Amino acid sequence: MSLETEIIDRATKGKATRLSFGEELASLGAKYDEVVALDADLSKSTMTMLFAEKFPKRFFNAGIAEANMIGMAAGLAAAGKIPFAASFGCFLTGRYDQIRMSVAFTGANVRLVGTHAGVGIGEDGHSQMALEDLTLMRSLPNMTVFQPADDYDTRAFMNWSMGHQGPIYMRLTRQALPVLKRANLRPFAPGRWDLLTALHESSIVVLASGALVEASIQAADLLARLGPVTFINANWIKPIDEELLLKAVQSKPKLFVTIEDHYRIGGLGGAIAEKLSEWKMSAPLLRIGVEGFGQSGSPAANYEHYGFTPRALAGQIEKALSAGQ
Amino acid sequence: MQNSSKFQWPAIGELSAESGRKAIRQTILEQIFSATSGHPGGSLSMVEILAGIFDGNFNHDVKQPEGPERDRLVLSKGHGVPALYSVLSYLGYFPATELKNFRKLGSFLQGHPDKSQYSLMEASTGSLGQGASVALGLALGLSLNFEAKRISRLPFVYCILGDGEIQEGQVWESLMATGKFRPKNLVFVLDHNRGQIDGPVSEVMPLEPLNKKLEAFNLDVHVCDGHDAKGLKGLFSEIRGNAVRSDKTAFVVANTLKGKGISFMEHPTKWHGAAPSREQLESAIQELFNGQSPYGRINAQT
Repeated sequence: MSLETEIIDRATKGKATRLSFGEELASLGAKYDEVVALDADLSKSTMTMLFAEKFPKRFFNAGIAEANMIGMAAGLAAAGKIPFAASFGCFLTGRYDQIRMSVAFTGANVRLVGTHAGVGIGEDGHSQMALEDLTLMRSLPNMTVFQPADDYDTRAFMNWSMGHQGPIYMRLTRQALPVLKRANLRPFAPGRWDLLTALHESSIVVLASGALVEASIQAADLLARLGPVTFINANWIKPIDEELLLKAVQSKPKLFVTIEDHYRIGGLGGAIAEKLSEWKMSAPLLRIGVEGFGQSGSPAANYEHYGFTPRALAGQIEKALSAGQ
Repeated sequence: MQNSSKFQWPAIGELSAESGRKAIRQTILEQIFSATSGHPGGSLSMVEILAGIFDGNFNHDVKQPEGPERDRLVLSKGHGVPALYSVLSYLGYFPATELKNFRKLGSFLQGHPDKSQYSLMEASTGSLGQGASVALGLALGLSLNFEAKRISRLPFVYCILGDGEIQEGQVWESLMATGKFRPKNLVFVLDHNRGQIDGPVSEVMPLEPLNKKLEAFNLDVHVCDGHDAKGLKGLFSEIRGNAVRSDKTAFVVANTLKGKGISFMEHPTKWHGAAPSREQLESAIQELFNGQSPYGRINAQT
């Protein structure tokens, strides 16, 4: 059986994680009075509109003024609310000083939601793509950073966040993502990744996150002839699952691979590189991500161009494997 | 000649009175001297504004510092925090001796307001331009709480801005948004001391016509003498009284002097961020009290 068949639930329709967010936000809003939401004129794209329709008095559209929106969210949190402030990831994290001071340093209970992650958004092109948001958010003390792989991840995280004190950044997609099969997975917990295969000895350890989980699984199937692949849905970007990572190191892998629709610098790849460098180990790390700026193209053409098709990913991994030998 | 007796605030209730304000000015300079750094000019210019707010126009309870129904103050021009620390000590929130730990490692009296170290700092400021947004969100959140009957009074939110600070675009975003959301429990106060670091505000980045701009943002603009403590007290009382009926949020432009109260510190730029030397501190106290401070000294030798 291919990993794809084992791991991906094709019986359930895929869904963009921004839509999962919008639906769950409305649901949380019905359950918890303290939940409020903010947007910066992208409500129809971030899907906060689903909450806004139901709870207009608890929804604040700040217009195209993200810095003020972020500050307002911090103020609402200071009044005891639990604010979800959404925009495209690039516009949100682009207001880094506001997040740095008013949210992170203050310890505000703000849930920052950045949608439209990566080159996968397609035709709108570079200016609308979040490609450095994980680097920025990860660098802040107090910040929790999460990138769901599918609908379940998104909802589980949001529900977990209701009990968490402190700022959060969640990274979501524009495009639909397939749903993972959950029957054999560990329960959702902070800093706990999904181990989607067994933890094989001497394997290629693939840590994929967000939109590229699907293509990475398909790439892993193309690599089957090279030996076992240990596959991890690295949804927790901060804190990472150090326990599972250490176990992976102890399994004496041939190669570590991180895969994300994000710059190669500072995102998931950066987080893993930082941690692995603390341990004595011999396997190299291949960080796959976006090289150079983004651009316009269909999502499929973009993925082709940036090397994110299963074939291209498998090719990069194979190359790295032979280089290491 | 320095007085070496332990510091004691004048009687509570005299904050608007000259005695209270002199004690505030003394302790502002003592904090900054003790830390060998800080912002005298922009702290001294704020004293009457704080007196006008806290003398009868700020619901709070020293015995319940974090009471959910208390009024809030967001010091957006965070570098003026020595003035706020002095006032909070005067009100009884912490002993005056703490003030000598301003900016020292481990002190809750951080160089700029730090909410994580001192909960009464409603926003962690210091990166100018952000506090007005926080104040707006805070006012709206408190309004929701009041409407949902989680609290039995509508807390008032004061936001103090600097005039160099309002060169930051975000401030205008928040004023624009205030015009949309029109909370009934928010007032902005501009410490219009006309000085910043690189020069007078009018030279670095002129604001005029300021009042017209503020009115164009659908605010109710009140211009006043920023050093008339009684006038400010009356104005804030009036604004609070009218807030529920008013359809616009109030914005008070308080005309002030940077470094007010110490003759050699009254300058648009020189005393923005410079700590006084021992001689300068003694000279300032001498000028304030025509001799020794009747309240003792924070940095008492005994």
